[in-house]
Amino acid sequence: MTIQNQKFLRMLAVALLAMGVTISAAQADDDRDERSGEGHGERSSGKYGGENRGKPVQPAQTNAKFQQECSTCHIAYAPGLLPAESWRKVMAGLDKHFGSDASLTDRENKEITAFLVNNASNRWSAPTAPLRISESIWFKRKHDSHEISPAVWKNPLVKSPANCAACHLQAERGDFSERNIRMPK
Amino acid sequence: MFRIFHASGMALVVVAGLAAQPAFAETPSEILASIQQEAAGTPGFQGFSAARGESFFKAKHGGEWSCASCHTENTAVQGKHAKTGKVIQPLAPSANAERFTDPGKVAKWFKRNCNDVLDRVCTPQEKGDVLAYLLSVKK
Repeated sequence: MTIQNQKFLRMLAVALLAMGVTISAAQADDDRDERSGEGHGERSSGKYGGENRGKPVQPAQTNAKFQQECSTCHIAYAPGLLPAESWRKVMAGLDKHFGSDASLTDRENKEITAFLVNNASNRWSAPTAPLRISESIWFKRKHDSHEISPAVWKNPLVKSPANCAACHLQAERGDFSERNIRMPK
Repeated sequence: MFRIFHASGMALVVVAGLAAQPAFAETPSEILASIQQEAAGTPGFQGFSAARGESFFKAKHGGEWSCASCHTENTAVQGKHAKTGKVIQPLAPSANAERFTDPGKVAKWFKRNCNDVLDRVCTPQEKGDVLAYLLSVKK
């Protein structure tokens, strides 16, 4: 091997290493995308196994019926938290909605379903359609034991993973950014 | 001929106006009266009882919940959804003027909550007893 060849290989190795570092930095950034803003890793459709919440989770234009009807017993979960097929299933089974009768008139149901479906997650590529937001891979990844101590879930003020607003102060407005998280004491 | 046409035309306008209104603002006593009309058709109906309504409200009916599980035993104060913990505004009209003023809302919630508590719809007798009870609750 000539000296020139050795030099070239060394440069190549350095270049490859640098690329690797850049790529992992971009991925790490994407994991914190709420904090760093738009534009990172949007192309990787396989993120969270294709079970990724939409961006934005809450459309700029909301729907009065949706706000009114869906926030009576719990917060009006932002439509981007689930894919369209999930919302169709939820809305078709409102008479047995997680153990409660939450049925609407046909007209209300139609209007709210359309709003949810039209604003469902735009980053969900998996063929799955869970009924619970907390069953999605992005949710589990963001709330696993590395992120949140198991003690937090046992706090009576948290009660259940469905109670977003216990920690996400602006959950009602579809804002789950890290700066608006406060764990209850 | 013209008069008949005119009269039916007017009726059409009135009916269309009513149909366009999704819900009529009513008073709780008007809502109670319409439940009474419904109940009067059932054999043996002898009026509503606030006392019966109270025990119905506070009792479980074979399921996990009573009405009071979420609305609490004192309907003049805020309640809390038994599952989600979401605050429920007082149910007694004396404490919450909005209650029992929208027939659509009343029908919707009786259907939902009776299904949750009794696993069936409520009879007009039961609904009237409960509303008579709620109307008797002082702030």
